[in-house]
Amino acid sequence: MPDFLLDVQGLETQFKTSDGVVHAVNGVSFSLPEGETLGVVGESGCGKSVTMLSLLRLIPTPPGEVTAGQAIFNNQDLLKLSNEEIRYVRGAQISMIFQDPMTSLNPVLTIGLQMEEPLMLHLGMTKKQARARAAELLGMVGIPSAEDRLGDYPHQFSGGMRQRVMIAMALSCSPQILIADEPTTALDVTIQAQIVDLVKRLRDELGMAIIWITHDLGVVAGIAQRVVVMYGGLIIEEATVNDLYAKPQHPYTVSLLGSLPRVDDTKHERLFSIDGLPPVLYDKPKGCPFAPRCKWVLERCWQENPAFEEVEAGHRVACWVDVKTGRER
Amino acid sequence: MTTDNNVLLRVEGLVKHFPITQGIIFQKQVAAVHAVDNVSFEIRKGETLGLVGESGCGKSTTGRTILQLYRPTSGSVTFDGVDLVATRGEELRKMRRKMQMIFQDPYASLNPRMTVGEIVGEPLTVHKVANKKEVNERVEHLLELVGMNPAFANRYPHEFSGGQRQRIGVARALSLQPSFIVCDEPISALDVSIQAQVVNLLEDLQGQFNLTYLFVAHDLSMVRHISDRVAVMYLGVIVELATRNDVYNKPLHPYTQALLSAVPIPDPVADAKRERVILKGDVPSPVNPPSGCRFRTRCPIAESVCAETRPEFREIQPDHFVACHFAERFV
Repeated sequence: MPDFLLDVQGLETQFKTSDGVVHAVNGVSFSLPEGETLGVVGESGCGKSVTMLSLLRLIPTPPGEVTAGQAIFNNQDLLKLSNEEIRYVRGAQISMIFQDPMTSLNPVLTIGLQMEEPLMLHLGMTKKQARARAAELLGMVGIPSAEDRLGDYPHQFSGGMRQRVMIAMALSCSPQILIADEPTTALDVTIQAQIVDLVKRLRDELGMAIIWITHDLGVVAGIAQRVVVMYGGLIIEEATVNDLYAKPQHPYTVSLLGSLPRVDDTKHERLFSIDGLPPVLYDKPKGCPFAPRCKWVLERCWQENPAFEEVEAGHRVACWVDVKTGRER
Repeated sequence: MTTDNNVLLRVEGLVKHFPITQGIIFQKQVAAVHAVDNVSFEIRKGETLGLVGESGCGKSTTGRTILQLYRPTSGSVTFDGVDLVATRGEELRKMRRKMQMIFQDPYASLNPRMTVGEIVGEPLTVHKVANKKEVNERVEHLLELVGMNPAFANRYPHEFSGGQRQRIGVARALSLQPSFIVCDEPISALDVSIQAQVVNLLEDLQGQFNLTYLFVAHDLSMVRHISDRVAVMYLGVIVELATRNDVYNKPLHPYTQALLSAVPIPDPVADAKRERVILKGDVPSPVNPPSGCRFRTRCPIAESVCAETRPEFREIQPDHFVACHFAERFV
């Protein structure tokens, strides 16, 4: 097996609710080589965020529970680490930025204080060193007159600026992996372009691996090298970014790309619409989770969940059907 | 602007300022949010006008002010030959039958204590256009029209998903058979695979009933898809207005150019080939907007004249309006 920075196998996460057990993640496997940017695409409730939170052991237990799988990072299984050990990994080696920059900063502490904390905790810096480093980091993410702004509170920053602060905090301990969970969804397009540009530049400078979670197939096309598509708690397709958009193989990916209008589209065709709704996973689906909404569905799809198999070099799909012919592979 | 019979709605010099007050008992106005500042455009019968811009640019306020949900600070809104700003009371209520609205958040815009039937039928009762039996028949028909089972009329909104709730909102908007609907970000709260369902529905209904839409959204790709003409707003003003293909293929305002180049394309090959204009900084506060051209603080081609004079919103090419001193450079 080639060397992976992070190797996740058979991850399963469930939530016990009053309405029954929700099977949020049902056996997710993926791996991340050093320095790669992996896009994780899916709609709300497909399990993309829960997968990442499970890895960092941020799932509230109860009601949530990681019931199976392993996640090997630096020769250790993240899911088996003690609380003390995982706390060292979080922030220092794997860090995460979240969707909503408005709520992920503490409103009653200054930006400076919040940025110094991980530096002193993980890197053992003194207060003075941490302050200097915090100013340097803010400058790196493009905040003007950084030193003066350390004394400001989060409400004094705009949404895009706050997301920059979050990125600076996430990068403060030079992590090997940055997990970005819908970091631009709450932002306007011109600010989104600024943030994507910033992350790309920092990636090239610092050489970290990135997992970029999003529902926006457009953003992923511009930043990722490899993409996995999730649906119903499973990875249903994985390919290099060019392959995925040029020759999508899974009916869900094909339909999703067809349902998106493009800003450079000059034809005015009716959008391809996917009927029905994404599933709520009270029962582990017996067959393919996409079967009820699939336009290519066959008898077999209802009975057996297709294996996740390689159809071309580096292109894996979980589907019985070949979308080009409409017949079973 | 042209004056032909085809125009359903004409907005001229529309201004909406929200006062900022100070003091508890003796309130005095200390400043104003310049939400919409001198906006003029017209909407033709049966067309969809897309209104795009970033958050806080005044696009939703424009939509609401047109329907007189906010009374404008100044300016006029002429709908079907009637000046809505001068209309009040019963007369305005009658006009409201012809113009309806679909809201952004399908979770907040439906009363959780009313059944779907009551929600969709309420406009008919309020405007006294049908008796109880007719209301029920009409509700059934409307639900069918938006692709829902008429038997759902007895259920409550929480039993439905976001996409279905938005269908209920569409049915309510259609109940009085309006000729004009303001769609205020109708799909931005929905999942990607559901967005196409709702947009296709809106297009079908437009064809069926010859509806006119003002489609307010920040998703530029979807606006291109659904609109006939597109207006781009920035900080309370319209900076560019033209047909869909003109705005997207040859934008003449530097803001439109930057905005379009920032939209990601779901195609890595095409995306890599594009030239990106990355704007610096953030949108200034509408409380104290920049002098002259509103965009000059972020504009890559701004000169001293931009700070002094507000650029006129002028027709540079047939049916292509731009508010920029230097728009000719891009022709």
